[in-house]
Amino acid sequence: MLRKILAAATFAGLVAVAGPSLAGSTQAPLKEVHWSFDGPFGKYDQAQLQRGFKVYKEVCSACHSLNEIAFRNLGDPGGPFWNPKYKNSNDNPVVKAIAKDYQIADIDSDSGDAIKRPGTSADYFPSPFANTAAARSANGGAVPPDMSLLAAAREGGPDYIYSVVTGDGTDAPAGLTIPDGKYYDPWMPGDVSAYYKGDPAKTPVGGFIAMPPPLIADRVTYDDGTKATVEQEGKDVAAFLAWASDPKMEERKSLGLSVMIFLFVLTGILYGSYRKIWSNAGH
Amino acid sequence: MSDHPSTYQPNTAIERWLDTRLPIIRFGADLMSFPTPRNLNYWYTFGGILAFCLGVQIVTGIVLAMHYDPSGAGAFLSVQRGIMRDVNYGWLIRGLHANGASMFFLAVYIHILRGLYYGSYKAPREVLWLLGCVIYVLMMATAFMGYVLPWGQMSFWGAKVITSLFGAFPFIGKPLTALLWGGFSVDEPTLNRFFSLHYLLPFAIAAVVALHIWALHVPGNANPTGVEVKSKSDTLPFHPYYTVKDLFAISVFMILFAVFVFYMPEALGKVDNQSMADPLKTPAHIVPEWYLLPFYAILRAIPDKLIGVLALAGALGMLFILPWLDTSKVRSMRYRPQYRMFFFIWIVACAALGWCGAQEPDGQVIHGLTTFNLIDYDLNSVTWLSRISSIYYFAYFLVITPLLGLTETPLPVPDSLYTPVLSHPAGVPSGAAAAPETKG
Amino acid sequence: MVRGLYRARISFKVADSLAHSAPVADGSADPSRRDFIHIAAAAATLGGVAAVAWPLIDELNPAADTLALASLEYDVSKVALGQQVTISWRKQPVFIRHRTPAEIAKAKADDHVTADMKDPEPDANRVKAGHEEWLIVLASCTHLGCVPVFAQGDYGGWLCPCHGSQYDTSARIRKGPAPKNLEVPEYAFLSDTKVKIG
Repeated sequence: MLRKILAAATFAGLVAVAGPSLAGSTQAPLKEVHWSFDGPFGKYDQAQLQRGFKVYKEVCSACHSLNEIAFRNLGDPGGPFWNPKYKNSNDNPVVKAIAKDYQIADIDSDSGDAIKRPGTSADYFPSPFANTAAARSANGGAVPPDMSLLAAAREGGPDYIYSVVTGDGTDAPAGLTIPDGKYYDPWMPGDVSAYYKGDPAKTPVGGFIAMPPPLIADRVTYDDGTKATVEQEGKDVAAFLAWASDPKMEERKSLGLSVMIFLFVLTGILYGSYRKIWSNAGH
Repeated sequence: MSDHPSTYQPNTAIERWLDTRLPIIRFGADLMSFPTPRNLNYWYTFGGILAFCLGVQIVTGIVLAMHYDPSGAGAFLSVQRGIMRDVNYGWLIRGLHANGASMFFLAVYIHILRGLYYGSYKAPREVLWLLGCVIYVLMMATAFMGYVLPWGQMSFWGAKVITSLFGAFPFIGKPLTALLWGGFSVDEPTLNRFFSLHYLLPFAIAAVVALHIWALHVPGNANPTGVEVKSKSDTLPFHPYYTVKDLFAISVFMILFAVFVFYMPEALGKVDNQSMADPLKTPAHIVPEWYLLPFYAILRAIPDKLIGVLALAGALGMLFILPWLDTSKVRSMRYRPQYRMFFFIWIVACAALGWCGAQEPDGQVIHGLTTFNLIDYDLNSVTWLSRISSIYYFAYFLVITPLLGLTETPLPVPDSLYTPVLSHPAGVPSGAAAAPETKG
Repeated sequence: MVRGLYRARISFKVADSLAHSAPVADGSADPSRRDFIHIAAAAATLGGVAAVAWPLIDELNPAADTLALASLEYDVSKVALGQQVTISWRKQPVFIRHRTPAEIAKAKADDHVTADMKDPEPDANRVKAGHEEWLIVLASCTHLGCVPVFAQGDYGGWLCPCHGSQYDTSARIRKGPAPKNLEVPEYAFLSDTKVKIG
């Protein structure tokens, strides 16, 4: 009898009582890209990194810093402009030419005045804003995140970056009011329920992003003749940022292979030794 | 076994000279020839694996400290720019150190579960067990402080949450947190003192490990049967039998370790920690490292701050008092089928707590299913699953363990560990061949 | 066996030395005077150790430069109605929220449901008279210090992302493990738009 009552109560509970649900952050399933650097043997596609760097330089760098990357890193092994002829990436002429285009703040050693000078390969990418407060005020209260580790700092990595930059500015579904200075992006984790007038069960996934849609077709002209579609630009810049956050990936994977082979051999030998010694452990 | 006679014979004049002044070679030789039960299985190799882990952490840690800058502005850069990009093999050494912490905890959990299963905590090995518990607590403190050092978002907020636990105590809470922080919040002074202590504590761990091994060598090893060693023929010298077995196990363990270091170095970390600490913004979903998740879930299960903190401490405290909670005369769970069943449920409860600790605080266990509310929360919520699991966690120690030892009927325990060993190839232990119980 | 013998020899030696050498070394036949000097020596030593320990403990407390962090002035007119800013004061985050009339009304209406509150406090005590639209609180959840997020949870106020504590539009704790309302720092309005915190 008691069991029946309990079962009935449980059933009634299931049907009738909705527990308080907290509006949580939602996000559309990420667009999955097949990257050249996926898997234990994957490597970066150098042509793609060069294209991605061009997108970063001509589009993203207006607002996003790349604090942890020095110009010389572009010429490191596995990097966009790695050239085996220049073992020391500081000597790489492409790297030097890129660095020279940037103006770096410095102090004049004679007069002590604050000056700007052309960059060298040892310099780091300068920030587009003097400080965080300046970045915030220039971007309507949202600070554009530093891009050095962006691919590592977001769940989904390059897939996330590709999804967000190509989904930015998606037309708002009916009933959704987009606040001033923001854009709707189904791939940006967020909660738009407060801005949605409609069936709460059908609240659109995703969130608002303060970044205007960054990519349009032919926004950059690729040196290798690749057609600059939005998808292409998005993939290339995501690949470049994946490299920026994990520049030692190729070195890591190749050393890893040697280490794994060694460890399997060592384990085999130790097992043989173990069996040999224990075969003497008779009674 | 404690009266293991020294078999060391100094052969050269120098050795004889040294032996009468500092018998250190004798000490090492006696350690190596220590009589060890011949039926120890692979679960017993984790002691050696743990020694390996501690060594890896100390060596890689000392090297990392040479490149690390414990300042609010410099910590994140010195790790992410300096060590990960510029220092030769810095990415490898940090990968070993960061993943090594997880490997260390994986090994220590298996080591603890092995001790629980085979009853290694029982007389006369209580002090050995207590020292192990002390090492575990020191490990958690060390790992927590080490996690703060990269000064990412998770570092900062993890430090804030854990240090704020001490604020739960009435009256002394506030001054105590100020003392821990050296400020009004987690800040540069906190980072500096954590760095200092993170460097110190591993050596404290090493010292307690020495005591742990000393305490092991007084009564000698326990073994899977739980029966004490009766004669010399029950044992083998530690070297070469167990040195080679431990080395083989370490090598297998290193394969797993290497998979993480080389192919998924960030898999056990949190993406939020790749952003620099921001004292004004908490990450949307803050969780501790996996090895602390069950305790975190116990903390969250309780809607009162002070009781939550006490429960968290109590969960650890259970391990410390376990030797005096277990009333059974039988050591190994091999001969305690009922207790073994409760033990496996306990492992499931710990795993459930670990899962709960990683979920959103108000999330559902089965998505989309709504049941009914009980004390403010849906019964189908993470909160309730962690409450039920927490209750089982404590009941296992405080109710099941003492009562079952008095009421259960254990299986027959073999006369000696030699008996089952005889009927099997060397080194393959088995409970199946247990001799009839001879307890009078 | 060997070790047992060795132990026995040691304990014999110790007992021997205690029995014979102590009175000789002391040179005094008066046992109370002899005890006093030992007690005094132990007390002096312990006192010395305690005196050394205190600076070692107190150095952990906030240093003078940390304590010196000055008060902060903020122009609240920058915060639009229904918006909030998070500013840093003494390295702690502080919310300055420009409350809408609806939020104020909700906070005042809830003054009466004290049974529901862990830390009952009327809304009027948490804002400055005449400036009810400004709610200024430390943005540290009183549970374990996370920064709560606005416009989430069941009470129209803040939700802590760490352990799910929920605060209402007066930043009072309503649900979850936090024991206290979000703390109101010491502050004063210098003018209608300028506020001084600390």
